[in-house]
Amino acid sequence: MQTHDLEKNFQQKIDAEVKIEPKDWMPDAYRKNLIRQISQHAHSEVVGMLPEGNWITRAPSLRRKLILMAKVQDEAGHGLYLYSAAETLGAGRDDLVMDLLNGKAKYSSIFNYPTLTWADIGAIGWLVDGAAIMNQVMLTRTSYGPYARAMVRICKEESFHQRQGYEIMLTLAKGSPEQKAMAQDALDRWWWPSLMMFGPHDSESTHSEQSMKWKIKRKSNDELRQAFVDATVPQAELIGLKVPDPDLKWNEKRGHYDFGEINWNEFWNVVKGRGPCNKQRLDARRNAWENGAWVREAAMAYAEKKAARRMKQAGEEAA
Amino acid sequence: MKKEWPLWEVFIRSKSGLHHKHVGSLHAADAEMAIEHARDVYTRRNEGVSIWVVESKYITASDPADADPLFEPAKDKVYRHPTFYNLPDEVKHM
Amino acid sequence: MNTDAALQRYLLQLGDNALILGHRLAEWCGHAPEMEIDMALTNMALDLTGQARALYQRLAELEGKGRTEDDIAYLRDAREFYNCLLVEQPNGDFAHSMARQFFFDAYNYALHKNLTQSSDEWLAGFATKALKEITYHLRFSSEWVLRLGDGTETSREKMQKAVDDLWMWRHEPNILSEAEEVLAKTGVIPHPDAIKAESEQKVADILTKATLTIPTDDWAQKGGKTGLHTEYLGYILAEMQFLQRAYPGLEW
Repeated sequence: MQTHDLEKNFQQKIDAEVKIEPKDWMPDAYRKNLIRQISQHAHSEVVGMLPEGNWITRAPSLRRKLILMAKVQDEAGHGLYLYSAAETLGAGRDDLVMDLLNGKAKYSSIFNYPTLTWADIGAIGWLVDGAAIMNQVMLTRTSYGPYARAMVRICKEESFHQRQGYEIMLTLAKGSPEQKAMAQDALDRWWWPSLMMFGPHDSESTHSEQSMKWKIKRKSNDELRQAFVDATVPQAELIGLKVPDPDLKWNEKRGHYDFGEINWNEFWNVVKGRGPCNKQRLDARRNAWENGAWVREAAMAYAEKKAARRMKQAGEEAA
Repeated sequence: MKKEWPLWEVFIRSKSGLHHKHVGSLHAADAEMAIEHARDVYTRRNEGVSIWVVESKYITASDPADADPLFEPAKDKVYRHPTFYNLPDEVKHM
Repeated sequence: MNTDAALQRYLLQLGDNALILGHRLAEWCGHAPEMEIDMALTNMALDLTGQARALYQRLAELEGKGRTEDDIAYLRDAREFYNCLLVEQPNGDFAHSMARQFFFDAYNYALHKNLTQSSDEWLAGFATKALKEITYHLRFSSEWVLRLGDGTETSREKMQKAVDDLWMWRHEPNILSEAEEVLAKTGVIPHPDAIKAESEQKVADILTKATLTIPTDDWAQKGGKTGLHTEYLGYILAEMQFLQRAYPGLEW
């Protein structure tokens, strides 16, 4: 078949909502685009462990400690599911990780902000996971089979993540004045970065149009952002917290909230590595990788020795 | 010497009586480690009672280009399905 | 010490071991040598923290003073913690963490296996549940001692150093506290010789199989069971208890 026909076939399958599977023919650009997006998503899960993991040893009750550990561990799991999906496209996990460590690959910029107080753990669960879920629910219907299946599993597991975060905020908001102030401060600091998580405006987004055509993405950045604002503002009101946006107003005609403009300057700065924690996060991942090298090598060496011993034993038994 | 831990495919039996089902993959240096990692990665929520792992390189998959000769011929063998046969209504269970 | 007081103290010993080792394991979260290992270590931390919680809840119930599990975990100072010194030792490199884990698991496994026969019904039930978790921990840590000991030249050196460094902390769990003396007499906890023999055997077997040299100096560093700790515990508690201490008496 000519490439042209293959491409036509491929697009027809996409249009007919038939999932693309690992061994199916796909355009190079589709493959590359997916590897980029899935690995970026995987890196975000793994780097995302750091700001929250930071509070496991300081969680204020044993119940909160268990919940937080389970949540951060889930993120490691989600990173793994996603690397798995990327590997079905022929990418090696170590290579993908190297791209992250070399600064070649991106991850979600939100994780370059610091967690300063316990309320940040609540805010991350509620807002950051809340924003991520908007995107992930859409991705359960993405056109590439292994990615969609990983997302189904992830969404199922993440359903408790946002709830535990909101529960923390709720507890703080009805707690002492200091606790309420802590919760408001966390909302003030995490609100705008959470809105930035959806990426640039549709008009500025480089990968969006093609991704929509291939049904890798099914909703635009701005659509998802609007849905997040609409869902989250009433949740803040319910627990008596104030969203830090003077332009925020319900628009009866649109049936949506109007909200202020994001500080894109800050967004691009953090993307380019100038966030408060970019260096710290990458250093932490590099250290884990480099300090773990001898461990990974030892395990391989041991496995090889064991296999050789087994072969030898089998040989002796046969002789 | 830089050697990545090999990739393993993981299959989980969710409860006794059901088939093992493919759930994803992971990296491990050997089979024992692969089982343990599968337990930690894929059964954190009580999803399994039994695990199979196999190194991914040992899986042979059919070629999507062969899909027609492999699977199309089965499509018109309607007589293999019970609904193909017309029986009188009086025969209730067969 | 009467039996009631001994049992309460013993619940603290067990609970503190689990809480502090869980804390150390949790410090690995996000920093382990490979992501799959990260998840395994966190699973063990979850098991241990869950065990600590159950033990503290039981203690709170027995003492009937209206304390909660969190009061017990967060409002005691170092001198009132009774974990063995081994579990509070810093993570060090992965070999150190695995040596610490393995020494503790070898003891903890033998202990809980025998505790399932305790004359105290609650303790027997607790041990039955915990034993399943600890069995897995021991399997994981033994395998890593084998891999690192019998892996590469580098890993063997590091594993040997870890074994040597932690050797003197290894014996304390098997040296009876006053509470344990009382409870052993009444059949609430198993006879210590059985546990000691089994755990010593396991340690010797695995180290030998891992081609490691078994240290010969049997000096035992102890104190944890009477609340005399290493300096490390203070830092663990400073971190763990920070919020409860800075904002006393609040719900979180």
